[in-house]
Amino acid sequence: MSPQSGGGSAPPSEEASTRQPGAGASLAANIAAEVTAFAHEVGSSDPVTVVGAQTHWHVGGRPHAGTREVRAPAGVWEHEPSEMTVRCGAGTTVAELSAHLARTGQMVPLDPADDAATVGGVLACGFSGHRRLRYGHVRDLVLQTRHVDASGKVVTAGGPTVKNVSGYDLARLLVGSLGTLGLLAEVILRTLPVPAASQWLTGDGDPFAVFDLLYRPSSILWDGRRTWILLEGDPADVAAEASKLESAGFGPCDGPPTIPGHGRESRTPSGLRELAGTPGGWIAEVGVGLVHRDEPVQAALVSSTNAALMTQLKQRLDPHDRLNPGRRAW
Amino acid sequence: MASETDDAADAALLADLRGVLGDRARDNDFERGLYSRDGSIEGSPPAIVCLPTSAEEVAEIVRICRQHRRPFLARGSGTGLAGGAVPVGRPVVVATSKMDRIVEIDTANRIAWVEPGVLNLDLSRALAPKGFHFAPDPSSQQVCSIGGNIANNSGGPHCLAYGVTTAHISALEVVLPSGETTVFGGVDAEPPGFDLRGLFVGSEGTMGIATKAAVRLTPNAPAVRTLLLDFDDVSEGSAAVSAIIAAGLVPSALEMMDQRAIEIVEAFAHAGYPTGAAAVLLVELDGLPGGVNAGVEIVREVAQRHHVGHVRVAADDAERALLWKGRKNAFGAVARIKPDYYLHDTVVPRSRLTEVLEKVYRIADAYGLIAVNVFHAGDGNLHPILAFDRREPGVDERVKAAGRDIVAASIEAGGVLSGEHGIGLEKRDYMGMLFSAHDMYTQDVVRETFDPDGLANPLKIIPTGSRCSDSFHQHVPEGAWV
Repeated sequence: MSPQSGGGSAPPSEEASTRQPGAGASLAANIAAEVTAFAHEVGSSDPVTVVGAQTHWHVGGRPHAGTREVRAPAGVWEHEPSEMTVRCGAGTTVAELSAHLARTGQMVPLDPADDAATVGGVLACGFSGHRRLRYGHVRDLVLQTRHVDASGKVVTAGGPTVKNVSGYDLARLLVGSLGTLGLLAEVILRTLPVPAASQWLTGDGDPFAVFDLLYRPSSILWDGRRTWILLEGDPADVAAEASKLESAGFGPCDGPPTIPGHGRESRTPSGLRELAGTPGGWIAEVGVGLVHRDEPVQAALVSSTNAALMTQLKQRLDPHDRLNPGRRAW
Repeated sequence: MASETDDAADAALLADLRGVLGDRARDNDFERGLYSRDGSIEGSPPAIVCLPTSAEEVAEIVRICRQHRRPFLARGSGTGLAGGAVPVGRPVVVATSKMDRIVEIDTANRIAWVEPGVLNLDLSRALAPKGFHFAPDPSSQQVCSIGGNIANNSGGPHCLAYGVTTAHISALEVVLPSGETTVFGGVDAEPPGFDLRGLFVGSEGTMGIATKAAVRLTPNAPAVRTLLLDFDDVSEGSAAVSAIIAAGLVPSALEMMDQRAIEIVEAFAHAGYPTGAAAVLLVELDGLPGGVNAGVEIVREVAQRHHVGHVRVAADDAERALLWKGRKNAFGAVARIKPDYYLHDTVVPRSRLTEVLEKVYRIADAYGLIAVNVFHAGDGNLHPILAFDRREPGVDERVKAAGRDIVAASIEAGGVLSGEHGIGLEKRDYMGMLFSAHDMYTQDVVRETFDPDGLANPLKIIPTGSRCSDSFHQHVPEGAWV
């Protein structure tokens, strides 16, 4: 599907794409031509919806019918392995990003179920993957965002370095906002080394005991009867942790079970215990508290105070409701 | 100076606050003096200091301030270095030091509910018997509070591997500038809606006052190894930093000290730091034993490629503690060369460390100051210390000018304004070096959503003139550096 252009989109400039961060004096001086072109395309008047790979198109409600579609720019624009950062267009697919980083033994553990998903789409949904137990929430992988706001202007938040507290953390506000506060155009993400060894194990043992037994496993999945564990790290450590699990009755397996994609139920990690004995059709992330279900899950309620703040934020940042109308982040 | 009208307004405000807090609302000169400064170099006294003991009292204070249209300012231990806790506009200071309870340690959910006045190191000590700690570990961790860590999104040496404060806060109970109390985030996996928790962390008290936090517990690593490497050449040390990261290691800490820092720290800590070296790296690896041991060998090999002098691996916990004692107390030890110091905080790409360090020395020389460098090299977070003697005439201006030049040099190298200390007052007017006017306008729109009346720690973070909001027309008191 090609975007219906709503403004004059300039061709991407090779020079801008390869420019080093900080070659100019400030963040504002270094905006890639692709990002500027995207801002032109978004414009400042009519309602727009940003389209990624539509792997999570059902989340937060569908955009109003007939809303003009735009696509964020794609491409891995800068990767400096020794800085452990990567800069890419928000429309880049996770598959492309992963393939690029793998050449130097690095990764960004976004882990969507379908890696045709775009980086911007994963972040807009704010959905972490099955290795969140080890690597944290996807928002903690984001260093800098550039988004196009409701007035069609580019806004930069965060910074290109691995550590930064310069100004308000608007990047975290955007993650999980479903593009209703601004449209992600470019992100700088933190990369990690690909672990030297990786092993899935499965068995019938108690997943909560496994959580207490292991030091920072990458994933513990549970369907109420069976438990799957992902160990990652140094080969000697993976072997030693695996042998602990083998003495508890677990054995190696090829990979995780299929994780249902329709509903995400948010519980506390200890609240997962109540799922024991409930009917199947779900996979829980032990230690995290997330339950993936076959059927859609009713979203939890937001307090009236928080709902008022969120409504105010939306109204102030998008006064004419032109960014992804019809979608709701709560 | 305060006028008679100001005095009458203060008296009425004090009477209302005493109605809630009794003698824990204070206006004596001694305490107003105590709370007039933080760890930065200037200050001005607040009108009144309040010492609440509960979230309900904090909410009452905020409501009373609103009625009197008086700014309020939350304060933890006052160790902040960017002036975030410096009173501006004769505010009411809400000191959280009496809200220092660890309410609950919930190991099943790997969180603890704590009040904002709990000290960072006290929390990790309380968690130790259960095998956990709170990962952010600023050098001031013996005295800094969790509330202050939240306000500044604080870091510390071990944030290289574990991330800064925001990654370690699940939920926050907050008294909003409206006086309402709410909870942002949650202990559950995916609280619905926008991440107001993430927005609040690092907002330096401009979006309300945190009265309780659910902090994440990090399991203590089964194996820890600490290495001290010395180099004859600063650029070899810096290059080794990049090479260690490029080799695929994520050390839990990777710290650097320059020659002057080594000398003053050694004189204080007697840790056996090599005083002749141009630079040392303190490298810590933690995790499971296999990865840690393999990492030690990789660090050794990389260091040798970069002409390391000695590789000292701490033999036991006592030696490890000794090596860290020097690092964590380096700032105080600066008093050995000059009575005052001004500590900077910027971040640059690791690959630009050598170049920016050289600029820092040149800038300090040009202003007749002494630069000492002790910093988080692994994440490119520079902490140049400018040592000076306040009694020298005109030195304050030279210190500030040098500071500004250092920030400019960092940004020119592709860096940012602050890695972990925040913007506060100190760097507020530097925001434009990094952000466009529209970026700052957007930040201010977000701030104003929380605080339309501009009462929560006004005049911090966003520079004057980002937009025509009333809060920016407030009078800045004499003596406040903005």
